[in-house]
Amino acid sequence: MKITDKTIQYIIGNLLKYSVWIVLGIGILGGALFLINNKDATVDYRNFIAHDQSLLEVLDDVFSGIANFDGAAVIYLAVILLFLTPLIRLLLSLVGFMLEKDGLYVAITLTVLAIVSFSVYFGFAH
Amino acid sequence: MTVIVFVALLLLGAIMAGIIGSLSGLGGGIVLIPLLTLVLDVDIHYAIGAALVSVIATSSGSAAAYVKSGVANIRLGMFLEIATTAGAVAGAILSAYAPTSYISILFGMALIFSAANSLRKKQEGILEESSLLAQKLKLDATYPDGPNTQIAYGVKNVIGGFSMMGLAGLLSGILGIGSGAFKVIAMDSIMRIPFKVSTTTSNFMMGVTALASSVIYIQKGYIIPTICLPVLVGVLIGAMVGSKILMATDPKKLRFFFAFVIVFLALNMIYSGIKGRI
Repeated sequence: MKITDKTIQYIIGNLLKYSVWIVLGIGILGGALFLINNKDATVDYRNFIAHDQSLLEVLDDVFSGIANFDGAAVIYLAVILLFLTPLIRLLLSLVGFMLEKDGLYVAITLTVLAIVSFSVYFGFAH
Repeated sequence: MTVIVFVALLLLGAIMAGIIGSLSGLGGGIVLIPLLTLVLDVDIHYAIGAALVSVIATSSGSAAAYVKSGVANIRLGMFLEIATTAGAVAGAILSAYAPTSYISILFGMALIFSAANSLRKKQEGILEESSLLAQKLKLDATYPDGPNTQIAYGVKNVIGGFSMMGLAGLLSGILGIGSGAFKVIAMDSIMRIPFKVSTTTSNFMMGVTALASSVIYIQKGYIIPTICLPVLVGVLIGAMVGSKILMATDPKKLRFFFAFVIVFLALNMIYSGIKGRI
């Protein structure tokens, strides 16, 4: 079977669709867990408290939260998975352009990926 | 406010936002930010984080449809994403340091612009000859019109469109919105791409643009799970309901009504920003 733009796009489309459902499922699970444990808590989001955590520190907190059955951490995991869906789209496009031997668009996709990676490095104070 | 009341109110609001976003074609974030800040008393930075969640969810959730239709121009989208992601990274960094009142006023202005743009006359002519740069970048393409017809179109003003996309990305990064209106202008008014291709390519691009700012939002602490989850669930439900309504009614009649609602929200955001209440 010849790999064309269409084949790659079809895979990308379905992947994105299913990942949104998976994200929704994990999120609702976390939400239920959170509400059970915090049903009498009050919320106050009037003031923004800026954090300066690297992505790795955030992930570390999320995973240790999940290990303690913290509903909020489970929701956070769902949000991170959601944010990853466009990244998967980019990586699959990269593979698609490579298979088509389209050097120009391989370079363009790599540039976009480089800009996104740049944000991981510069998104917090060092 | 207790957690349960907050979550229930936000869920209802997010469903409304999803419906209005899909009917007006402007996206859910545009109603979510005023709802969170003006009604639920949430700081605008957290509202921006939640709006970004809704942008990625709706973009990824509807991507399958664009792909099957074959209307979105994938190469064009990828090329312009260099501009939108670079703009988004700069915008997200700016947003963390900008005072909330400035962000609120800027958001109001972007909203008025988007509302006015939704009433604008669409680009209809098809460009036959691409500019040299557009040819080099292989940006000209075809899109299906009916089962057996393909319409070929050319592209021009690549540099102008690319710059406008940088601005769209910057706004997207500062405000957490998809800035679809700005993306469509870059493609349809500046690059002379058919309107249908412009809107679908713009939606297709939103996820990746948002990805660039999302990393910064996570690291700066914009993402609050209790706010993001009701928004995610509500906006997706709203978007589904909205697409059902779209099939049953003529959205053109609703367009003026939504433009009015959005201008009202925008003026509120600007007023609150000037008064320093936000």
